[in-house]
Amino acid sequence: MNARTVPARDWNARARGRLRRVERAAARLGPALDGKVVDPSAIVALLEETIEPGDRVCLEGNNQKQADFLARALTGVDPARVNALHMVQSVLALPEHLDVFERGIASRLDFSFSGPQAARLAKLAGGGKIAIGAIHTYLELFGRYFVDLTPNVALVVAQCADHAGNLYTGPNTEDTPVIVEATAFASGLVIAQVNEIVEAIPRVDIPADWVDFVVQSPQPHYIEPLFTRDPAKISEIQVLMAMMAIKGIYARYGIDRLNHGIGFDTAAIELLLPTFGEALGLRGKICRHWALNPHPTLIPAIEAGFVESVHSFGSELGMEDYIRARPDVFFTGPDGSMRSNRAFCQTAGHYACDLFIGSTLQVDLAGNSSTATLGRIAGFGGAPNMGADARGRRHATPAWLAAGREAHRDGATPRGRKLVVQMVETFREHMEPAFVERLDAWELAESANMALPPIMIYGDDVTHVLTEEGIANLLLCRDAAEREQAIRGVAGFTPVGLARDRRAVDALRARGVIRRAEDLGIDKRDATRDLLAARSIKDLVRASGGLYDPPKRFRNW
Amino acid sequence: MEKLAFTYDGGAPAEGARGARIVGVVASGNLEVLIEPLASSRACTIEIDTAAHGFGATWQAVMDDFFARHPVGGVRISINDAGATPAIVALRLDQAIEDYLRAVPA
Repeated sequence: MNARTVPARDWNARARGRLRRVERAAARLGPALDGKVVDPSAIVALLEETIEPGDRVCLEGNNQKQADFLARALTGVDPARVNALHMVQSVLALPEHLDVFERGIASRLDFSFSGPQAARLAKLAGGGKIAIGAIHTYLELFGRYFVDLTPNVALVVAQCADHAGNLYTGPNTEDTPVIVEATAFASGLVIAQVNEIVEAIPRVDIPADWVDFVVQSPQPHYIEPLFTRDPAKISEIQVLMAMMAIKGIYARYGIDRLNHGIGFDTAAIELLLPTFGEALGLRGKICRHWALNPHPTLIPAIEAGFVESVHSFGSELGMEDYIRARPDVFFTGPDGSMRSNRAFCQTAGHYACDLFIGSTLQVDLAGNSSTATLGRIAGFGGAPNMGADARGRRHATPAWLAAGREAHRDGATPRGRKLVVQMVETFREHMEPAFVERLDAWELAESANMALPPIMIYGDDVTHVLTEEGIANLLLCRDAAEREQAIRGVAGFTPVGLARDRRAVDALRARGVIRRAEDLGIDKRDATRDLLAARSIKDLVRASGGLYDPPKRFRNW
Repeated sequence: MEKLAFTYDGGAPAEGARGARIVGVVASGNLEVLIEPLASSRACTIEIDTAAHGFGATWQAVMDDFFARHPVGGVRISINDAGATPAIVALRLDQAIEDYLRAVPA
């Protein structure tokens, strides 16, 4: 044994850093701090004392709920004191999320989705105001919170708190647990904005000893009804595509566990289950288990007995009472309200679902799918986790095995396969073709200096492309040339579709690689809006027995 | 608005068709298709009022395809596309012509 002298190392720097910040805050805030409860007027002072230059800060920006009061407060700190922050957050939804970069408070960003701020983000990144580390999927970013992007300070949002600092995050729990856990257990600081401070909260979603400060926001936090689709806006083409999805994919593979993307295309499928699906005798055979936000358009299928369980990433405004009245279907607490959890639901969607189906903006000849357009850095959200074969999956289901038999042929080691369906009308609005030779993502990558083109779902994960012209089953394509013709063969009258090799496409159709509506026994004349189980928001309210309470902007009666 | 016109010959005459058929309602944000008998000719004429400019070749392909599916003669088809995509137009045309032909007395 050799004794060596090692310089003494400080093993508690993070914990002492935390203590230092808490003491500084207590000293400056004085009577504006009562236990953990901060007077709202002292919020900027609190942030100035608890956040140090160069800190990694997680500002809770979810898909739906927003820590908007804290976001605004952060834009108000003195950049001479608080600067060079590294922001880590799921979603850039509010102008304030970018204001902190413009004001020189933050400089570096790792994120997942920036839909509403995509154009401004591209500008700021192009102008050198923001150094983007990477654009992630939700699960990927959450994973990094526990590895190399652990926050020093988390600014989170909850429905309410008690005086001890216990938080109730309720139906829109979303990202809060994962953020708080990564921060609190690495001696970081957790600051929560709440709509109200009450004597007793309905249930404890986040225990008080993981929370350092609580502040009541002057206004309830902002929340976006992101998943409400008005059935009145569903077109007959979407009805036709939904018929093909149900008969040509759901029934064919026996899809019982699934996730739907957002949009009118998938809303149409949800609304066709109790009508078209019922007529095909599919109730109890498909679509029983879902990883899905509580889509109002799922109400008729739930009421018709199609759906057994729904676990959710977030909630949806107006669905609270309906969910409370259907606890066998939704994940609800002893208090009766739902608890969502984005990290767990993303895991469920990735590992425990047999199918993902979603819309996209562009598909290329290899089946790569992207929502990136020039001048907008929009990010990915959860789609790549939902829309990817789970290569670590080991449990078998009939649907997974059936897809696996198509994917792994000719003596290959047998394994299953997740079904990943891109559902898209060949032309979008203003005659924009959805099929392209080259994705805009390539040009965006060049102009924004990205390491890779921002492809949402890679072609080798896509199993089916579904358009109004038919279904292309990419699993059955034997090489890249066949795959290209299969995609051209459902690309309609777009330039990509018109450039098809008609004989090759006919041969693929004869082999069942391409299937048209008529090949599936679907008469296009039946594709009318009469098939929708609800044709308006009012119909959805009626289907819910009056329990669904849509936000005002969706009330047009 | 752009106006496009196509004429196809050699279709089977839609015998004895009476009256015009209209499918779709423009006011609903959906397109409108009007089919009426063309007394003076055995051709199939198609006129499109389209909101988008510069898509003549696309509509030509849509109409060629339609006529290949339904080679009819002696009809005049008018389409007011109301910004609809080719998919909707093709679906509506199929629905309209099948309706029209069914309405013809035997």
